[in-house]
Amino acid sequence: MTASAPAPSVDELNTLVHDVEDPELPHVTIGDLGMVRNVVIDGRLARITLTPTYTGCPATEQIQEDVAAAVAAAGFTPVIEFAMSPAWTSDWITPRGRQRLVEAGIAPPQERAQERAQERAGDASGSAEFVECPRCGSRRTRSITFFGSTACKASYTCQACLEPFDHFKSI
Amino acid sequence: MKSPTCDRYAHRQADRALILAQRLLETITHSPEIEEDMALSNLALDLIGQARTLYTYVDPADDGEDRLAYFRDAHEFLNPLLVEQPNGDFAGILVRQFLHDAFAVAYWDAMTTSTDATFAALAGKAVKETTYHLRHSRSWVIRLGDGTDESHRRVAAAVERLWPFTHELFEVDEVERELVATGIAVDPADLLPIWQETVHATLAEATLAVPTDGDRPSGGRVGLHSPEFDALIAELQVVARAHPGATW
Repeated sequence: MTASAPAPSVDELNTLVHDVEDPELPHVTIGDLGMVRNVVIDGRLARITLTPTYTGCPATEQIQEDVAAAVAAAGFTPVIEFAMSPAWTSDWITPRGRQRLVEAGIAPPQERAQERAQERAGDASGSAEFVECPRCGSRRTRSITFFGSTACKASYTCQACLEPFDHFKSI
Repeated sequence: MKSPTCDRYAHRQADRALILAQRLLETITHSPEIEEDMALSNLALDLIGQARTLYTYVDPADDGEDRLAYFRDAHEFLNPLLVEQPNGDFAGILVRQFLHDAFAVAYWDAMTTSTDATFAALAGKAVKETTYHLRHSRSWVIRLGDGTDESHRRVAAAVERLWPFTHELFEVDEVERELVATGIAVDPADLLPIWQETVHATLAEATLAVPTDGDRPSGGRVGLHSPEFDALIAELQVVARAHPGATW
């Protein structure tokens, strides 16, 4: 940035960090996913704390680089830390994030996943969960496998419009 | 400040996850359907993530996790023998996974209250991941057991073959004793009833018998592995050792 431009405020930097997009989910930001824990300006340093979604998610390193680049472009030296605890839950995805998932053709996770996990304990079939088709809205959908193209998704098919689709896992 | 005993304990847990992941990755493109390739590779990905967290905890240097995964020899790996057992058929892969997952869920659930902050934080994530894994492996054991004569025969044979290796999961030696005393580790004896409840209920639903306890092969956790283990390690490490420091 040029010397004359004013340094971004912590609120502006916070917005900038929230707006970094997830590399695997089109137009869904890390703010939408509820991954941003804390943004602090400390002189020339910007200390960013993020929560990773899955321990093995390969996108985590890309997100770290993208956040560092965004922070550096705003004139700060990035210090990025990952907070493992409390563990990320799909309940942290914002309403806008859920909407953007639907727009990307991905069925959002169940709300209150943590609570429901307790109710569902021991149910191997997963039948207590129903997933709406992101294309036609039908609840006549079927799980093809509990897993999908990334760690966070499961594969479904709609029995009404016959389209296959991804479901963001509820954890 | 963590002790050498804590490092050894972290190694055991990290190696359990990494070696099981390596076995799962051998099946990629060999599963009966593409959805199962995705499922097993996703399981492996979660397990590698868990292992990486612990390797980095043991050695926080930039190349720490690579050094531990790729540049230790076979006898330095401390995983229980169950996870290194060869895949065999599809039933064998899923039964091994199920027997492991039933343990892993009980283990990580208990470890959420570990006095070690890294273990407790990892446990909070790993318990969710492994609960999801158990749901998958358990449902396959039931489908195969309560399926055709052929699938029943195969899954029953896999349970018989792998059962002896489950005892080692609950062994206690001086490493656990020291860490249980300080609240870092969970006492495996506390996990056994939880594991048994899951396993017995699942086998019953799968119309499979609970095997009689007999042999108790052991030694993986002190670095004594099966003959097939050398080949697994060679495959895991060959690229990193042939091209040290390579990136792509």
